[in-house]
Amino acid sequence: MARYITGRLVSSLLTLWVIVTLTFVLMHAVPGGPFDTEKALPQAILDNLNKRYHLDWPLWRQYLYYLWNLAHFDFGPSFKHIGQSVNEIIAQGFRVSATLGGMAIAVALIGGVLAGVVAALRQGGWVDHVVMTFASVGLAVPSFVVATVLVYLLAYHLKVLPAGLWGTPAQAVMPVISLSLGPMAVIARYVRTSMVEVLRQDFITTARAKGLPRRTITYVHALKNAILPVITYMGPLTAGVLTGSFVIEQIFAIPGMGREFVLSITDRDYTAIMGTTVFYSVLLIVANLLVDLVYAWVDPRIRVAKGASD
Amino acid sequence: MAELLRHLSARDLAPAPRGGEAWNVIEQPSQSFWWDAWRRLRQNRMAMAGLVTIVILAAAAVFGPALSPYTYDYQQLDLHDQPPSAAHWFGTDMLGRDLFTRVLFGARISLAVGILASLVALGIGVIYGAVAGFYGGQVDNVMMRIVDVIYGLPFLLYVILLMVVLGPGLQNVFLALGAVYWTGMARIVRAEILSLKEREFVMAARTLGVPPRRLLLRHLIPNAVGPIIVTLTLLVPEAIFSEAFLSYLGLGVRAPIASWGVLVADGYKAIRAAPWEVIFPALFISITMLAFGFLGDGLRDALDPRMRNR
Repeated sequence: MARYITGRLVSSLLTLWVIVTLTFVLMHAVPGGPFDTEKALPQAILDNLNKRYHLDWPLWRQYLYYLWNLAHFDFGPSFKHIGQSVNEIIAQGFRVSATLGGMAIAVALIGGVLAGVVAALRQGGWVDHVVMTFASVGLAVPSFVVATVLVYLLAYHLKVLPAGLWGTPAQAVMPVISLSLGPMAVIARYVRTSMVEVLRQDFITTARAKGLPRRTITYVHALKNAILPVITYMGPLTAGVLTGSFVIEQIFAIPGMGREFVLSITDRDYTAIMGTTVFYSVLLIVANLLVDLVYAWVDPRIRVAKGASD
Repeated sequence: MAELLRHLSARDLAPAPRGGEAWNVIEQPSQSFWWDAWRRLRQNRMAMAGLVTIVILAAAAVFGPALSPYTYDYQQLDLHDQPPSAAHWFGTDMLGRDLFTRVLFGARISLAVGILASLVALGIGVIYGAVAGFYGGQVDNVMMRIVDVIYGLPFLLYVILLMVVLGPGLQNVFLALGAVYWTGMARIVRAEILSLKEREFVMAARTLGVPPRRLLLRHLIPNAVGPIIVTLTLLVPEAIFSEAFLSYLGLGVRAPIASWGVLVADGYKAIRAAPWEVIFPALFISITMLAFGFLGDGLRDALDPRMRNR
C-alpha cells in the first residue's frame, strides 16, 4: 500500500509540473503583451510595468520565479485588476464555486445512485425503461441547454424561480440542476449495470435464503459492491462539474471561479488565467488521487493489479 | 438418456454414404465480420434510428443551405426577431437572418468540427497507440506515462487555453480539440495491439518475414478497426459538445459563421422575447448528441461484443 501511495504521489507531482510548465509556455506563446491597449503606452511606462511584473527578465528566470512562487502558493498579482492578487480573486470565487459544485456533486450522486438501484431492481420493467431513457437524454443534452430550457420555463414562463445571481437557496436550484443532470445520468447507468450483475451473484441468494429483509440486502449487501464503478467516476465527475461551471456561472451570473476564469480569458489577464488553470488542475489532481486511494482501500484487488503493472 | 434415445431412429445410426461427402458442403454463404456486425447493428432499433438521423442531418447540412432561398449571413434588419412562419420556418434572429438557414449552416460547422477533430485525434492516437503497443517494453512504458500525464489534465481547460493561444477560428477549434482528445484513442489502440500481437496470425506473418512496418499497417491496425470505429463514433458528439461549449464562451468560430453553440449563445440573449432563437439550435445539438450516442453504443455492441455493458 505504501509503495502504491508513493507511486501515485510522484506521478501526481509530475502531472502538476507538466501542467504548470505547459500553462506557462502557452501563456507566453500568446501574441501580444498583457499591457497592449487601444492607445499605445509611452515606452517609459511600459518599461516600468514590465519591471514591476518581472517581464524584463529572461524567460527561464521568469519561469523559475513563477515556480518558486507557486511552491509558496503565491499566484502573483493580477495584470488587469490593479492592486488585486490572483490569490484574492481565486479565494473570492472559489467559495461560491465550491458551494455550487459540492451541491451539484451531491445531487448527482444521490439522484444517480437511487435511479440506478430502482432501475436495476425493476430490470426490464417500465420504471427501468423510463430511467434509462432519461439517462440517455440526460447524457446527450449539454448543461447549457438544460440551463436555457430551465430559465425559459421556470424563470420566464412560470416565474417561480429567479433567473440569476447567487445567495438565496432559490437562486441555487437551477444552476445545481443544470450541472448535475449529465453526471446523474452517467451514475445511474453505471449503478444499474453493476447492480444487475451483483444481484445475480451467489451471496445475494445466500442472504435471501437466510431470510434477511429485502431492504438490507439491496442497500447494504448489494449496493456496497455495486457502487465501486461510481468511485472511479468521481474524478471525471469533479472535472465535469468544474468545467461545466464555466458556462453555468456565466448563464446565471454567479460570481464564482468559473466566471472569473472566463472573464480573465476575455480580459487576457494572463496571470489570472495561469493561476486559475493551475488551481483547477491541482483540485482535479487531488480529487483523482483521493479517488484512487479510496478505490485501492475499498477494493484490495486493484491495489495488487496496479502495483504489478506499474 | 432415455429421452435422447427416443428421438433417434435407425437411420440416424446408419453409416454415412461413401464418396459423396455431401455432408461436408457449407450451404450458407460465409458471413464476413462486417456483414455480421451490420446484421447485429440492424437489429438494434435505437442505433438504426441514430444512424438515420445522422444521415439526414448530414444531408441537410451539405445540401440544405444551397436549397434555402436565404443565406446564413443575409440580413433583413426590418424583419428581426420574427417568430416561426411559412417564410421563415424557424423565425429570424436579432439581425433578421433566417434561423432555419443558420441552423442548417450551423449543422455544417458543428458536424465538420466534430468529424475533423475526431479525425485529428484518430491520426495521432492510432499511430501513437499502435507504436507503443507494438514495441512494448520501455518504449511502451515511457509513451504511456506521457499519455497518463496528459489524461490527468482537465481536458476542456486545455482546449480553452489552446484556443486563447491560437485565437478563434474554425481550424483552430479542431486542432485544439484533436490535440487534446487523442489520448483516449491511443489507450484503446495500444490495448488492442498488445493483445493482437500475441495471436498466431502475427507469429505466422513474422515467420514469413513480414517487416514490422508492414505488419503494423497491414495486419495489426486493420484488426483493431472495430474498437477504433466505436471510439471515433463516441468522440464525434464529444467534440461537437466541446465546440458548442467553446463557442458559448466566445472562443469558437468567428461571426458571421455560426455553429450551433454560437446560435444557442446568441439566442439566449433574446430568450425572453424570442425563445425560438435558442430552442431550435438547442434542439439540434441535443438530437445530434443523442443520435451519435445511440449509434456509438450500438456499434460497440455490434463490432465488439466483449465491450458490451461497459
